[in-house]
Amino acid sequence: MVSINVWNASVDFPIFDAKSRSLKKLALGKVGGKIGSEGRVPIIEALHDITLSLKHGDRVGLIGHNGAGKSTLLRLLAGIYEPTRGSQRIVGKVAPVFDLGVGMDPEISGYENIMIRGLFLGMTRKEMEKRVDDIAEFTELGDYLQMPLRTYSTGMRVRLALGVVTSIDPEILLLDEGIGAVDAAFMAKARDRLKDLVKRSGLLVFANHSDETLLDFCDSAIWMDEGRVKMHGGLREVLTEYKGHDPFERMSAEQLARLGYSSPVLSGNGGE
Amino acid sequence: MNSPVRSVLVQATSTLDHPEAPPAANSRTFARAFEDIKTAWQHRELWGHLGWQDIKQRYRRSVIGPLWITISMGTTALALGLLYSQLFGESISTFLPYVTVGFVIWGFILGCVNEGTEVFIANEGLIKHLPAPITVHVLRLVWRQTLFFLHNLVVYFAVLAIFFTTLSQQYMMGNDPEPKPGVGWEILLAVPGFALLAINGVWIALLFGIISTRFRDIPPVVHSFINLVFFMTPIVWHAGVLNKVSGGDGGWRVLIAELNPVYHYLEVVRAPLLGHVVDWHHWAIVGGLTVVGWTLALIALRNWRARVSYWV
Repeated sequence: MVSINVWNASVDFPIFDAKSRSLKKLALGKVGGKIGSEGRVPIIEALHDITLSLKHGDRVGLIGHNGAGKSTLLRLLAGIYEPTRGSQRIVGKVAPVFDLGVGMDPEISGYENIMIRGLFLGMTRKEMEKRVDDIAEFTELGDYLQMPLRTYSTGMRVRLALGVVTSIDPEILLLDEGIGAVDAAFMAKARDRLKDLVKRSGLLVFANHSDETLLDFCDSAIWMDEGRVKMHGGLREVLTEYKGHDPFERMSAEQLARLGYSSPVLSGNGGE
Repeated sequence: MNSPVRSVLVQATSTLDHPEAPPAANSRTFARAFEDIKTAWQHRELWGHLGWQDIKQRYRRSVIGPLWITISMGTTALALGLLYSQLFGESISTFLPYVTVGFVIWGFILGCVNEGTEVFIANEGLIKHLPAPITVHVLRLVWRQTLFFLHNLVVYFAVLAIFFTTLSQQYMMGNDPEPKPGVGWEILLAVPGFALLAINGVWIALLFGIISTRFRDIPPVVHSFINLVFFMTPIVWHAGVLNKVSGGDGGWRVLIAELNPVYHYLEVVRAPLLGHVVDWHHWAIVGGLTVVGWTLALIALRNWRARVSYWV
């Protein structure tokens, strides 16, 4: 059973400037005696006392201002950061999509990059070979896949990365914002595939700023503020609290229809 | 100074019902350290592919590609073998193979140590973006160095073919009173020797990598120190020459070689390849170093494994 549990977890980053990252200071610091707090490494508390329990079927949107700790929380949930205090337990295969560029090598061909990215996301070589044709078709890159990645435009790279990510079968899918930079027609297509992917994955956490995207993919939400969970609940309630107005209030009938809500009165789920 | 953050918890489909009590923080346990290594080993396909990719990458768009590795090693070994055989008054047919093999093995050790210090620093992007055991990066490094080693081994076989008539019979070398039995089936002893060397490469990269990620002065220190080690180690000179100086048993001078751990690592691979007898004490010392090194690496892995992603 897929699940992520986090108990009173904090993530503190030590900030080593060039000086405190050297042995010299450590050695001399002892000789020099007490200089007080100066000798200590400054710390940034990125996450503070986070307690969360996510399980199979959860579709969680992650909202909050820049620097509120969304990306750090995603990394904590991915197991990249283990909490400095508190504990965490992740059950399931994690597929994080934080930076579409990581694991991409500009000098090798698109095909090779598909393979490497897939291996990084926990697929085997055989599984990836089966998917290559599908990815090639989806990305519409055709013969370009034989070309080194440095010849690709930004949009083409995003297509490739999205193609790989949406072809795998993750148990836990963690998406950071930043899936953009492709033309609208492709985005519509990607959205369908992404939806399909979300359906296949056991657990989704999606950091995004767009109400529409969140309403499209998620049903609950976590509002991060200053490294803490400020609110965790149904997507609509959290968005209402965060924005100060009901997210459905300012949507056109057309958007609502696309999201599958016939009238603004109808709520997604949750609620009091 | 922060305004107290108002925490609103709305019961959604699935929150608050924590299934069990929080387990004790278990980041710093040997179990997790072993798990890291075990999971990394299971990701063989990943680091195997990446190791190959690293080599192909380096020689992309070059006409003869990875063959350059072999050519550059061949040239170095040839030039130094010729020079030093004359300096020490040794026969080219025995000393050139000696220098060649020494160089090939040294290349592997140098790669593991030098690149090992930067193994995590260089993979910052991957470590921060993808959850993977940190040992994966180490195994990729050691695998890449192994591939380099195999490329370089071609030079050894070429040299062996050229001087086979000398090397296949009993021969004398340096001022060593012991005759060398010559190349035979004992050559296969180099396989376990190299396996042991590679296992040591893993702990070296793990230990140095973790420490270097925290203290960024270590890589430059190691890089400059390793040059000194090269000259101190019997690679372009033979340990037997230490006997010649005092004209007898060598006295304390033999310690120059014997106290150098790299010498023993070299011997367990080099001696079988050249048809020398591997003295048992080389095996014992390398075995001991393996145990000590791995113990240190495991302690480092236990204590700071989870910190590496914070430090890079």
